[in-house]
Amino acid sequence: MSLDSDLTPWSGYTPAAAWDEAMEVNGTVREPYKKVYSEIDRMSGEDLQARAEAVANTYLNQGVTFDHAGEERPFPLDIVPRVVGSDEWDIISPGVAQRVKTLEAFLADVYGSQRCVTDGIVPRRLITTSQYFHRVVAGIEPMNGVRVHVAGIDLVRDQHGIWRVLEDNVRVPSGVSYVLSNRRAMSQMFSDLFGAMGVRPVLEYSQRLRAALTKAAPEGVEDPVIVVLTPGVYNSAYYEHSLLARTMGVELVEGRDLETHGGRVYMRTTAGRRRVDVIYRRVDDEYLDPVVFRPDSALGAPGIVHAARLGNVTIANAVGNGVADDKLIYTYMPELTRYYLGEDPILPNVDTWRLEEPGAREEVMDRLAELVVKPVDGAGGKGVLIGPAASASELEAARKHILESPRGWIAQPVVQLSTVPTLTPDGLEPRHVDLRPFAVNDGDDVWVLPGGLTRVALQRGQLIVNSSQGGGSKDTWVLGGVRQRGPAIAPESRVEFGGVTPVPQSAHPEDYVHGQQQMQQQQQSQSDTGEASC
Amino acid sequence: MLSRIAESLFWIGRYVERADNTARILDVHFNLLLEDPWVDEPTANASLLAVMHVATNPTASRDEVMKALATDPTVASSIAGTIGAARDNARRARETISTEVWESLNTSYMQMGARSRTPRPHDFFTWVRERTAVVWGLHSAQTSRDDAWHFMELGRSLERADMIARLLMTRSLEGTTGPNWTSLLRSCSAHEAYLRTVRALVTEERAAEFLLIDRLFPRSIAYNLDKAETTLALIEPGVTRNSLTDRARLALGRARTNLEYQAIDDILADLPSQMQQVQTACSLASDLIRDRFFLPASYVVWNQEAV
Repeated sequence: MSLDSDLTPWSGYTPAAAWDEAMEVNGTVREPYKKVYSEIDRMSGEDLQARAEAVANTYLNQGVTFDHAGEERPFPLDIVPRVVGSDEWDIISPGVAQRVKTLEAFLADVYGSQRCVTDGIVPRRLITTSQYFHRVVAGIEPMNGVRVHVAGIDLVRDQHGIWRVLEDNVRVPSGVSYVLSNRRAMSQMFSDLFGAMGVRPVLEYSQRLRAALTKAAPEGVEDPVIVVLTPGVYNSAYYEHSLLARTMGVELVEGRDLETHGGRVYMRTTAGRRRVDVIYRRVDDEYLDPVVFRPDSALGAPGIVHAARLGNVTIANAVGNGVADDKLIYTYMPELTRYYLGEDPILPNVDTWRLEEPGAREEVMDRLAELVVKPVDGAGGKGVLIGPAASASELEAARKHILESPRGWIAQPVVQLSTVPTLTPDGLEPRHVDLRPFAVNDGDDVWVLPGGLTRVALQRGQLIVNSSQGGGSKDTWVLGGVRQRGPAIAPESRVEFGGVTPVPQSAHPEDYVHGQQQMQQQQQSQSDTGEASC
Repeated sequence: MLSRIAESLFWIGRYVERADNTARILDVHFNLLLEDPWVDEPTANASLLAVMHVATNPTASRDEVMKALATDPTVASSIAGTIGAARDNARRARETISTEVWESLNTSYMQMGARSRTPRPHDFFTWVRERTAVVWGLHSAQTSRDDAWHFMELGRSLERADMIARLLMTRSLEGTTGPNWTSLLRSCSAHEAYLRTVRALVTEERAAEFLLIDRLFPRSIAYNLDKAETTLALIEPGVTRNSLTDRARLALGRARTNLEYQAIDDILADLPSQMQQVQTACSLASDLIRDRFFLPASYVVWNQEAV
């Protein structure tokens, strides 16, 4: 057992083939991770496991869970944080903001004059064949010009440590609640480290979102009634919906709580109908309004798209945003950034073949076994085929799918996602991660939440990180937060707490005196009668 | 407040109170089985199940009672099922109730399985009473006295009146001489308050009076009926005559005054059916409250064929 004392959780940790964010290949710890490294270095393996279990237990009690085969499991949060240096964040944050502005401009164009088509940037067919292009919302002008109130831009870091955009999410990006609750759990677990490192706070997200939704309210509404629309308690993201409603201080409604009358939206309350001005909806477009979309959906409310067209209610994110996060449109994003903003893109894309182009398709067909093939409208890692890991029959099936509908697929080289140390049953090991920063657009400014959701693939070598595919999460620490220490107020302006009264202690101050007397009396009488005191 | 949320809060109030009172009733019952030398246990068990409105055979084992009323989470009438239902409703109203209240319900739910496997039922019942007290304590320390508070209090007082009525019905349990009044008072945590108020040994009339109509003790039936009535008035002040709220208040007031103005001997002579009247009034009021506050005034149904 004497050997064990030399072992730390880091013993045996070796970076794999990909870019390891904590450690260089020669074993040197990278700058942002130095403090985390030495903190964990002081612990034993059991200590680290015990902390991980404590986190899981807290999550179970708080109800931060997801359903796994009918059983409630705590949402998996890895105990090792992911650290992003402030110099890296200075690339990511403006990069994400630029991306959101581009998406916003593109959507305004698509549902407006379609200048990008006339100028030959994007083929018209690409837009009209997108499953999420909804003609019903063409011509609806959002109140303050915002369609993407919240965006989640998925980033990955390749073999060379370069941050790249993997996909855009501007429909109903989810996961921000885990950023908030992961932070709460981790700051309790590593409180010392936290203060010492200057981690930027994430808590203001809800206030930012609320402010952005308030700004997006219909014209003339001073103090808008904002609601969060959830599909209901059985939705896997229900925890997030209720957390956002709670932290924003607004109502969480279901479709059945809403009704429309005369082009206005109301919610049913115990005191009758109450007007709703802004709906932050977490229900997909297709389920939002049975009048214009799926007629069998009970998750939305009939008539709310009409109310939005009349300008009586704001739907956030706007209906029809899906056309912008189509993975084929994704391939045009760098050009669109130059076209709309006149800027070079800060964050590059992952190289992508458009399979509609015959030359590209031919090349991809030849190299299918070494590429990643994705459906253009997929979310949550569904339908993704990783060539090197696929069997011959899977490859054959993919080949057939692509030839049937080239519009429906894209191909990318296998990106070796960067790795971060992660606690596994065998101790700390490198695991692949991605990052989803969240951006809130209030019409004047795009604010990027410093941090974001780091998703981690828990199986060795696994490249798909989605939680629906067995992925976990990490708290993301962005460094460079300013921490004011020492006296902040000049001595001459200090408030004097004069006249503070002492905290009262007892309602019966005389009891003490009485008690003393009583005890004296007893002792007196004992010694008088000569009894031995016991 | 959203109707759907109000309904959840009302039911959280009812379920938590129900779990607490079921634990109290069972505690008395199991004690009785130990103490009563002439007890016909299977019949007494079945009779208790009937009082709690659980379908049963003419005889029932102690195990069946434990399952049906305490430990089986798949049965709606059990404490485990009740806490589960309260927690479900709390999940739906998660953004309205405070985090601590939610966590206390959630941890109770999570620990239920382990706790209910104790060999000593009394420990389990004590735990249940403590957990529900934690919920109420947190709730009352943290909730603004708005509709969120009122609806939960409304559910709680209706449930409490109903459950005490059921507890008193166990006086006439078949197969036993019934629990004595001292243990009934104890099970309502009323024994000490009784001694201080009445300053006399426990007699049947005095004890019954205390649990039925004492105006100050929070576990008397009249106190809770009155509380439900006033809470309704707070939720909807200035009632118009013959509205649904008014009818609910009327039902509650009638049940209360019936107890208050009747001679105590007459009530005792006819205790089971008197207690049934209380329960009927509570359930009528509950239905009226649902119709008034929880159901939408008009349904807007989206009809596919009509397009």
